[in-house]
Amino acid sequence: MKLHARFRPLARLLHWSMAVLIIAMLFIGAGMIGGAPERYSALLRVHKSIGITILLLAAIRLVYRLLHPAPALPADLPRLQRAAAFASQVLLYALMFALPMVGWAMLSAEGYPILIYGGLQLPPLMHADAMWYAHLRSLHSLLGYLLFFTVLLHLGAALFHGLIRRDGVLSSMASLRRP
Amino acid sequence: MPPSTPRSASPAPVLLKLAIIALVLLIFASAFGYAGGWLGSRGLTGSAMVDALQANADPHPGFRRNHAKGICVSGYFEGNGDGARLSSAEFFTATRAQVVGRLALAGGDPYVADDSVPVRSLALQLRLPDGQEWRTGMNDIPGFPVSTPQAFQELTEASHPDPQTGKPRPDAMKAFQARYPEAAAFGERLKASPRSSSFANDTYNGINAFVFVAADHRRHRVRWSMEPELPFAPRTAAAAEPAARDALFDDLLTRLDQGPLHWHLIVTVAAAGDASDRAAEPWPADRERIDVGRLTLTGASSEPQGSCRDIVYDPLVLPSGIEASDDPLLSARSSAYAVSYRRRAGEPPGDSAINDRKAGSAP
Repeated sequence: MKLHARFRPLARLLHWSMAVLIIAMLFIGAGMIGGAPERYSALLRVHKSIGITILLLAAIRLVYRLLHPAPALPADLPRLQRAAAFASQVLLYALMFALPMVGWAMLSAEGYPILIYGGLQLPPLMHADAMWYAHLRSLHSLLGYLLFFTVLLHLGAALFHGLIRRDGVLSSMASLRRP
Repeated sequence: MPPSTPRSASPAPVLLKLAIIALVLLIFASAFGYAGGWLGSRGLTGSAMVDALQANADPHPGFRRNHAKGICVSGYFEGNGDGARLSSAEFFTATRAQVVGRLALAGGDPYVADDSVPVRSLALQLRLPDGQEWRTGMNDIPGFPVSTPQAFQELTEASHPDPQTGKPRPDAMKAFQARYPEAAAFGERLKASPRSSSFANDTYNGINAFVFVAADHRRHRVRWSMEPELPFAPRTAAAAEPAARDALFDDLLTRLDQGPLHWHLIVTVAAAGDASDRAAEPWPADRERIDVGRLTLTGASSEPQGSCRDIVYDPLVLPSGIEASDDPLLSARSSAYAVSYRRRAGEPPGDSAINDRKAGSAP
């Protein structure tokens, strides 16, 4: 069987740096809700800065992905798994944009000055509006849970490819050895 | 699912590998569940603080979960330049900052009788033309009863009325004060401090310590207060009459129709050894106090018509030149205020006790 092609180095760098940031964000977000109130403001500060960083990286990554398509999946991958792989990647990309954008809009609707990176003020995306805030705040949580389950699925699928199918899909992104 | 590639392993190891994958996912999901508090409670959260506050009054959808009865005020703040040696914040130089504020009574009942509430508050949002903001929420009490979120939670719980009789529970409060002697000491200070007759001649204290950062990067730990230009006048017995239910608000509206009201922002600078992380601990009276500017309120408007209802007076909305101190209450206030706002923002606002009223140049 032909060895699966690898993702390019920049694609892998983007993937793994964003993986760290996104997983950190999921836990920071959860900690803002379920953690000690003493830590809330520090978590919130970091959450906003990482969120904008993810949005910027997602934009770079989308452009790079469109210029350099991913290596083809193994030819013998069942159609259903192929469809699931495609759908989950579209969903991951959509959420990488949607979560920071909804977060930004939500802070705008809340009427808060949006300070990131220790002092840079972002413009509001919309006017302050209580009802919009309530809806966007709920949507932000909902999308956060959706992202968590998508990441979980993605991790499970990656391990399935790497441990059970051993078809080179995991190593196309994860292997440090030269192809 | 049986693997389909020729390089797949035999069935037993496949099951083992599936179990390994399941275990990895389970650990990941459990860690997330633990972080979010969904796997059982692991201590105090902002939501729990707001739950406890809500339990002290009947539900009032659309209102703040604490300091529910209030009125919007507007005006401006002018720094006199004397704060500039402590902080580089532009609010202390001559620039005029627009103010949208709120005068309110503590507690979760938006229809409470004014005289029955021992704590009044002044919250301010100050804005500069360049978009910088400074928000502060102050109370007219001598300091604060507690220094930690956990102690505040226990205070809120000790304040819960008896579920059978609806009456206060003095035993619970005594037990709380026995656990927290600083709260008992605060109670004594509160009893000894006379109450004023009006929102307008009251002094409001900033509760927490903050850090002023000067242009030369030197850091000064401070507390602040708004002190009225009007002389103190004591509350009268008439304030307890049933007809005086909204008397403080009526008085404020009357006064603002006659002209603006003024306060001075007095900054107290900590000396070495003064605690900035214990709000319940007063600083010695001889600390340096600096008048850094003058607040002018020119108008008031009842909440449904005003512009303060949807402002979260989060004490950590601070301009460049002012930073949070190590006081753990600051973050807890941010957290609880965010929870309170999330809840009330999604509810249709109820009818305010003070409605369709305006005075002065209203916001």
